[in-house]
Amino acid sequence: MAVRRPEQRAGERGVSAATRRQALFGGLCLCCLPTLGRAAESFSMDEVAPGIFVRRGPDAEASPENNDAIANIGFIVGRDGVLVTESGGSLADGQWLRAEIGKRTDKPIKYVMLTHVHPDHVFGAAAFKADNPTFVGHAMLRGALDARGEFYRKRLVDILGEERAGTVVYPTMEVKDGAEIDLGDRTLRLTAHGTAHTNCDLSMLDSGSGLLFPADLLFVGRIPSLDGSLIGWLKEIERLKDMGATDAVPGHGPTRVKLAPSLGDLARYLTTLRDETRKAVAADTPIERAVTTVAQGEKDKWALFDTYNGRNVTQAYQELEWE
Amino acid sequence: MKRLLLALSLTLSAAALAPVPVRAGATDSDEERAARWTEIKKTIFGDRAVEANDAAVKIDAPARALDASLVPIGLTLADKDNVKGLYFIIDDNPSPYAAHFTFGPAADPAEIKMRVRVNNYTNVHAVVETKDGKLIESAKFVKASGGCSAPMGMSDEEAMKGMGDMRMKFAGGAQGGQPVEATLMVRHPNFSGMQMNQVTRDYTPARYVDKLDVTHGDQLVFSLAGDISIASNPVINFGIKPEGKGPIKVAATDNQGGRWEHTFQLPAASN
Repeated sequence: MAVRRPEQRAGERGVSAATRRQALFGGLCLCCLPTLGRAAESFSMDEVAPGIFVRRGPDAEASPENNDAIANIGFIVGRDGVLVTESGGSLADGQWLRAEIGKRTDKPIKYVMLTHVHPDHVFGAAAFKADNPTFVGHAMLRGALDARGEFYRKRLVDILGEERAGTVVYPTMEVKDGAEIDLGDRTLRLTAHGTAHTNCDLSMLDSGSGLLFPADLLFVGRIPSLDGSLIGWLKEIERLKDMGATDAVPGHGPTRVKLAPSLGDLARYLTTLRDETRKAVAADTPIERAVTTVAQGEKDKWALFDTYNGRNVTQAYQELEWE
Repeated sequence: MKRLLLALSLTLSAAALAPVPVRAGATDSDEERAARWTEIKKTIFGDRAVEANDAAVKIDAPARALDASLVPIGLTLADKDNVKGLYFIIDDNPSPYAAHFTFGPAADPAEIKMRVRVNNYTNVHAVVETKDGKLIESAKFVKASGGCSAPMGMSDEEAMKGMGDMRMKFAGGAQGGQPVEATLMVRHPNFSGMQMNQVTRDYTPARYVDKLDVTHGDQLVFSLAGDISIASNPVINFGIKPEGKGPIKVAATDNQGGRWEHTFQLPAASN
């Protein structure tokens, strides 16, 4: 185009960026690979209930060092096979989980849950393709992956490189309202939620352990990230409360928590975000000021607060200014 | 001017085919940035001289954007009585020419706020055109990436809901001849043409508000020529001189033939 210098053409810049990354990360990787391997192995799986293994994701952002292994991922060993509760944040993370499963059982991997569209929850799925499982997702997940999958993949490739990033995997079983999965000795009751954390959140209740797997509808310790609807999320919290579970495996945070107080903390943050954003809108406080004032009382209560709160306010403001 | 904007807009389809990689531009040198601005200036203003003076127009923008697809921008004009127009340019965006305001007699152009997309680490420029035809620029550096190509919602359908709805809020207002601060909100996805749909292996076509005319009675407040760099659901803050009569009328068009009109009443003077 008229105002673009020739040397700034996208293709060429892409190449030079890739070269730069290779120079930086590729060079580093050669010497750091063993360290990286150890770092991955230092992750451990908690057996949160008999036959249910969960790895805690650290409260961090995706980085070349952590393989985007930042979510709580794990699996359930049932009588008839294995269900993967969350696949991981990258192909590398998914492969690590696949190996952990292999250490504990020879049973076939029958189901892999894709709990919502975010990269730290879906890019591990590619590591399970060879097992030919059923990939389970919310009915809205396909459209969300259409809109965002490739964008997320490119960003992940920028951070991890092509080999470790993984590909976009689509659900082969789509849940519209609810569904049940039978593993022989236990059933898993799936719920496709209304727009909340995202527009495609899928939760799961295990009849064997009584544990609820709300995925990212529940953040514990790490600040929730809002990417769907603030009002909708508060509504879905009420639904989660009524599911009859006392304990849960959150999408981020400790691997097993008491459901009621954890949902309480989450609801407190989201309610504060809602009320203070509404006030800002009503008082004509501009968005650029609101991001520094809203929900500041929550600052010391969450990891990564400074990284996400402003973004959450931006999201909330856009939603609430049209109320 | 109009012809030029059209020319820049017409290049959009080409831009859509060659999305700029994330973080490209972050490492440009000052010389490269200066050369780019010189080139943009020439495209928009031809051979007219543009004087640098940060005091003439102050740019408020976050040094690092929290959300690249919604970067709040505030522009404060020092000599508001001598302003004819205001340009806002995001140098490293795929279509840098973001907005051009032309002010009418009912405007109080002391301060303009809007929300834009920023695709790259970039300089942003504001250029004031004075009533006697002088051009004065100021600049600020903003760190952000991916604002134009970032998927905006999770479905295009959702994003199109209520397209053309508008609201207007007023603050201060109509007392003792004080200017009224107005906030105009427009429901419109402002698709940049760089947001990809993986199913069709294609990009959602650019669909953006290209013109907003705000009038007070029979007087122009401002006319805005916009482009893909304006964030979805555009929100513009501006000032209105209180002495005019009649309602505030907003007429919007987009580049795909959409037309919307809404009328708002200024709050009555409370004294």
